[in-house]
Amino acid sequence: MLTKISVRGIGKGFATDKGRLDVIQDLNFDVGDGEFVAIVGPSGCGKTTLMNIIAGFLAPDTGGVHVNGVVRNGPNRKGVMITQQGSVFPWLTVRQNLLFGLPDDMPNREALAAEYADLVGLKGFDNNFPHELSGGMLKRAEIARALVVKPEILYMDEPFSALDALMSLRMQNELLRILAKEKHTVMLITHDVEEAIHLADRILVLSPRPARIKAEFKVPFAHPRKVSSPDAQALRVAILKELGVTESV
Amino acid sequence: MKKLKQSLPSIVVMAVLIAVWWIVVVATDSAIFPTPKAVVLGTLELANDGTLWEHIGASLMRVGLGFGLAVLFAIPLGLWMGWVHGAFVTLNPLFQILRPISPIAWIPIAILWFGVGNASPIYLIFIASVFPMIVQTTAGVHTIEKRFLRAADNFGVSRKKLFLQVVFPATLPQIIVGMRVGLGVAWLVVVAAEMIALHSGLGYLIIDSRNAGNRYDLVIAGMIIIGLIGLALDGIMRMLEGMKIVRWRYAH
Repeated sequence: MLTKISVRGIGKGFATDKGRLDVIQDLNFDVGDGEFVAIVGPSGCGKTTLMNIIAGFLAPDTGGVHVNGVVRNGPNRKGVMITQQGSVFPWLTVRQNLLFGLPDDMPNREALAAEYADLVGLKGFDNNFPHELSGGMLKRAEIARALVVKPEILYMDEPFSALDALMSLRMQNELLRILAKEKHTVMLITHDVEEAIHLADRILVLSPRPARIKAEFKVPFAHPRKVSSPDAQALRVAILKELGVTESV
Repeated sequence: MKKLKQSLPSIVVMAVLIAVWWIVVVATDSAIFPTPKAVVLGTLELANDGTLWEHIGASLMRVGLGFGLAVLFAIPLGLWMGWVHGAFVTLNPLFQILRPISPIAWIPIAILWFGVGNASPIYLIFIASVFPMIVQTTAGVHTIEKRFLRAADNFGVSRKKLFLQVVFPATLPQIIVGMRVGLGVAWLVVVAAEMIALHSGLGYLIIDSRNAGNRYDLVIAGMIIIGLIGLALDGIMRMLEGMKIVRWRYAH
C-alpha cells in the first residue's frame, strides 16, 4: 500500500499562564492510500490539535506532515475536514453549499452537486436552508459538500458525536456505504471505541497529554461488521484497557 | 386573532392614556392645550390642504438621502475594517471618539458648512447613522465563527467568492441590526435638524405651529405622526430580519 500521509516527529505546545503546555510530543505514523485510520484517546489529549496539524490548519512546532510525499503547509481541497460542530454555511441553501467548493467555470457543477445531494439522501432539499434541516440531514449535507470536490482524504474530527446514538450509528453505516463507492483515505478522530471498530482498518490509541502513540490495533474484520461479535468485543476491551478503562465482559 | 389578543393590553393602555388626557384638558378648561379631538381635527385640516404630505415627504426625503449615503459609506468601510486588522486599529479610535458626539452638537458646524438648505439635515443624518452601522458591521466580521472561515479556507476559494459567499452573508445579520439602529437615530435627528432652520418637514411643522399662533393641536399631531412613521420605518427594517438568508442568526 502506498503511503498517503506521513507524520514525522510532530510536536506542538501552547503558552499558558502556568508556562508552556506540551500537547503533542514526537508523534510518528503513516496512513496508507485508501486506508481508514481511527485515532482514539482520552479527552483533552490533543486529538483535535493533531487533526488540525495534519489537515494543515495549524503549523506544528517541530516535525512535519507529508501528504503524497509533499510537505503539507496549509489546507487544501484535496483533504476536507468534517468536524463535530459542522461548518455547513447557514446562509447558503443545501445546493449552494454543495456548489461552494466547485470552481465557477466547471461545466457540470450543477449536475455534480445534485448527484452528491442524491448520494447522501438529500434529494429534494436542494433549496432548503440548513436551519430547516435536522441534525442528521445537516451532517449529510456536510459530507456531500466534502465529497463533491472529490477529495483524496477526509479528516473527520468526532463527526457524529453531536448526534444521538441511533443517528450516529445510521450515519456510520451511510459513511461506509459511500466509502465503498468512492475509495477515500480517511482519518477519524473519535472517543467512541465501537465507532472506531465499526469503521476503521486500523486504530491508533493516543496517550494522555502530551499525546504519543500508545498502541496500535489492526481491525481485521470484513464489512459489514458486527460490533457485538465476540472478536470485536475482545478488541474493544483491549483498546479500552490501553485507554485505562477496565471492564468485565 | 392571536395577534389581536397580544396587542390588546397595549391598545387598552393607549386608550386609557388618551382618555385621561381628554378628561384633564376638559376639567382644567385649558385655553392652550388641545383635546385629542382637536388634534385629530388639526391633522385632518393639514391632510386636506396637503401640507401634511409635503412635510412628511420632505422629512422622509432627507432621511432617505442621509441614511442611504451612510449605508453606502458604512457597510464597505465596516467590512474593510473588520477584515483588515490594520484598517481597524487605524480607524477605530477615531470613530470611537466621534461616535458619542450627539448629532445635535454638529448643527452649528453643519450650518456653517452647508447653510440652511437641505444639505445640513442630510449631513446630520449621515453623521448620526453612519457610526452605529460602521461599528455593527465591523463587529459582524469580527464575530464570524472560525469554523466557517476554516471551511472556506479548506475549499481554497477565490477572494471574491470568499467575500461574496462567506464574509458578507455571515455579516449580513449584524449589518441589518446596524441599519435598524442607524435608521432609528436618523429619524430622531431629522426632526431635530428641521427645527433649526428650514421651511418644510415634520420638525419644522412642530416649531412653526407653536410660533405661528400656538397651534398646539398641530404640535401634538406632528409628534404623533413622527412616532407612527418611526414605528413604520422600524417595521421595514424588521422585515429585513425576516429574510431567509439571515434567519439563521435570529432564529434562536
